[in-house]
Amino acid sequence: MTNPTSSVATTGSPGSRALGLATLAGLVGLLVLAFVLTEPDVRIHPSTGQEIGQFDAVRLLYLHVPMAVITYVAYSLAAFASAGYLIKRTPWWDVTAHAAAEVGTVFCFLVLVTGSIWGRPVWNTWWEWGDVRLMTTLILFLMFVGYLALRRTAADPRVQARRAAVVALVAIVDLPLVNRSVEWWENRTLHQKSTLGELKIEDLTLFTLMVGFLVFLMVFAWLLLHRFRVGWLTLAAGEHQVAAAIKERRAEADGSGVASAVGETS
Amino acid sequence: MTHLGYLLGGWGVAAVLLTVYAVSVVRRGRALSVSVPEDKRRWLTSQNPTDD
Amino acid sequence: MKSLLSEAWLVASKDLRIEARSRVLTNQVAPFAVLVLVLFGFALDADQRTLRMFAPGLFWVAVLLCLLLAVQRSSAVESADDAATGLRMAGLAPAAVFLGKSAAIFVQLLVLELLLTAGIIVFYGSSVKNLFLWLIAGLVTALAVATTGTLYGALASGLGVRETLLPILLLPVLAPVLIGATRAYDDALGAAAVDGWAWTGLLAMFAVVASTLGALAYGALVED
Repeated sequence: MTNPTSSVATTGSPGSRALGLATLAGLVGLLVLAFVLTEPDVRIHPSTGQEIGQFDAVRLLYLHVPMAVITYVAYSLAAFASAGYLIKRTPWWDVTAHAAAEVGTVFCFLVLVTGSIWGRPVWNTWWEWGDVRLMTTLILFLMFVGYLALRRTAADPRVQARRAAVVALVAIVDLPLVNRSVEWWENRTLHQKSTLGELKIEDLTLFTLMVGFLVFLMVFAWLLLHRFRVGWLTLAAGEHQVAAAIKERRAEADGSGVASAVGETS
Repeated sequence: MTHLGYLLGGWGVAAVLLTVYAVSVVRRGRALSVSVPEDKRRWLTSQNPTDD
Repeated sequence: MKSLLSEAWLVASKDLRIEARSRVLTNQVAPFAVLVLVLFGFALDADQRTLRMFAPGLFWVAVLLCLLLAVQRSSAVESADDAATGLRMAGLAPAAVFLGKSAAIFVQLLVLELLLTAGIIVFYGSSVKNLFLWLIAGLVTALAVATTGTLYGALASGLGVRETLLPILLLPVLAPVLIGATRAYDDALGAAAVDGWAWTGLLAMFAVVASTLGALAYGALVED
């Protein structure tokens, strides 16, 4: 039903293409650092003299930790934009909130999965109920899965935007309560037992982590940009269709339409 | 390399999922671009802020 | 302030009167609550000693499941015959509507908690060691979930997918409440050595935040 008003285009732009290329280059650099240039985490146990540590599993951290940071960035942006929408009520805020929440949820899912995969060789378990950060992140993920489900319902855009903004903000307000209650609940956390502090953080490890943050920030920015544009286009396409439909109806009503309907001939 | 399976699994899942997501977003963008006039696609033309 | 409370009372008594006449709570939700306890008994295939250990958690899971039903019902009452428009045209303050509907769900939950307590005493061999804690924690938790539920009931309403959307929206947010209430009842029922009052404090904080946020947000949501 849509009238193609232009040739097929994309959500790309010269800027986003440059960003994309830089991101790919950065990813290559990160891979080289993570897999070739850095050392596995090997330490000698003080009493038994055995080799202990994460060995090569530490290389997963160069993926997991940066993505975790980006998840918080994304969800913070979603919350900020949700608040912005409730105050300003312009579509830009709403589209930003939605885009940030969706990309953030992809990252959050990956954080949980990569964390679980890392945890298996290192903590000897795929999942640990007693870990505070893990539980909080899981609840956060579920809350935003709900947010995205709400977003997919067929509703007036303004109604949906308003409700989604409330859902996002309540989720963020709830998060400290979730964290506190899980912390009290278990009072212990595997995350603390084997944190970065335990790793031999030599300069190269830290540098690789920093590169990881930067690279995944670029990945996030690229995805956010395109997802924002998709959201923007969705709004514009909806408006455009409504406008086109109105135009059609008007064209029907003017001219011979009405005349023949009342039986006049001319 | 020790734990190679986990490494490939972890990095692999991330690579696959991010790629699949990126492709789906770009494709959605292409499909939508067809039904929207060019002046609405600001990123190809101007740098002006929204007038909504 | 006085008019807010009297308006809320109006809405609460309306909802409760509808409930009293339709008897959905007594005929459907209450049996469902008992059924959940029984299902847990079958599923866990355990002796009473083990069930007693888990009783607080099972109790509150049952309450949450009943909450979903109560909220769906509370929300459905407004969509039937476009009652929501009537409510808006009556000029009631949205915050009052929120408080009133929350109060109605609160009362229903108290009834259910009473019933479920009898249930775990009978089925799981639990016993209330600290009556005062049992009472306060029960009240506070009911308030926390009734207000949160009412807010999310409004968020999920009118979209045609309320039944399936409400749980995924509401339950993750209530995770702290489930944790806190279970721990408080661990203490009250003597199932574990924890500081139930500290947890009740956390629950009270949740209830206050939920009531405040809900009252503020409700207006923005139901306006058009």
